[in-house]
Amino acid sequence: MHELSVTESVLEIACRHAQKAKAKKVTDIYLLIGRLSSIVDDSVQFYWDVISKDTICEEANLHFKREPAVLVCLDCQTEYNLEDELMPCPHCGSAKIRVLSGDEFNLESIEVER
Amino acid sequence: MAENRIKIVENILNANDQIALKNKKRIDDAGAYSINLMASPGAGKTSFILSTINALLDENVQIGVIEGDTAPVTIDSDKISEAGMPAVQINTGGQCHLDAVMIENALDQLSLEILDLIIVENVGNLICPAAFKLGTHSNVLISSVPEGDDKPYKYPNIYRGLDVLIINKIDLLPYLEFDMDYFRKGVEMLNPGLQTFSVSCKTNEGIENWLSWLKMRISKK
Repeated sequence: MHELSVTESVLEIACRHAQKAKAKKVTDIYLLIGRLSSIVDDSVQFYWDVISKDTICEEANLHFKREPAVLVCLDCQTEYNLEDELMPCPHCGSAKIRVLSGDEFNLESIEVER
Repeated sequence: MAENRIKIVENILNANDQIALKNKKRIDDAGAYSINLMASPGAGKTSFILSTINALLDENVQIGVIEGDTAPVTIDSDKISEAGMPAVQINTGGQCHLDAVMIENALDQLSLEILDLIIVENVGNLICPAAFKLGTHSNVLISSVPEGDDKPYKYPNIYRGLDVLIINKIDLLPYLEFDMDYFRKGVEMLNPGLQTFSVSCKTNEGIENWLSWLKMRISKK
């Protein structure tokens, strides 16, 4: 998996914004991950502990917030949350579906000490 | 006192995506078309590229190939060079996917202005390559029938982001228990109306249809 590249990006974004705000230390980092974006929390945490050392993000807590994936049926327009990996429309059974949301992969905010 | 919560809302892979945009502009400026070719190891990526090169030999189409591998081998790029087209080998050093920076460096090593088509052969993997944009025009996946008919169900993310699906090794269908309806139903749920070509790089069956699609894209550039 590619958790190392992802963790490096998180560190880069957090450090950049903290420095811009002239913060002394970053204490918390809030990530928003859609259900369709695959990422292994434990693996990110593992890399985080290693690569955040000696940066202003050292010991910052990572918070993962998951967002459900919302699909829409192209035949009957029903919107529904994805629960299994592949799920036909629960209303009419159609397999013609489109993803409305669920691929979020954002660093939402950080908390800092000034 | 200043607020201690700083709102950011930045895509974690934004840095990669920005470089991918630059890559795309470079390829566009050079007037070339480009594809990101993904598949499992052994699905026939290199054979498919060679079939494409050989079929276009008489068409005066200049093709550059970027070969991604996790190990420092040049097996694939040697085959491309033997077929008479320029190839750049990227060794990812164990990394499971190509990213936009690697493509940026590889583009430096190709004479872009003389190329009509750039094919990027991604690392054999159905998970990670789906997450990293490279800056190519289309995402193409090869799914070969010996891998089984359940692949869309097991690796949904890579199917969602596709522009073209190639079903390879169809000459083996009589010998395998591959339920094409089940496979296609899974694909349809992930990517309705996806452009699909069934081919065999061994017998050349179906390659013509893929080529017509490709030639149309190249001539528009």
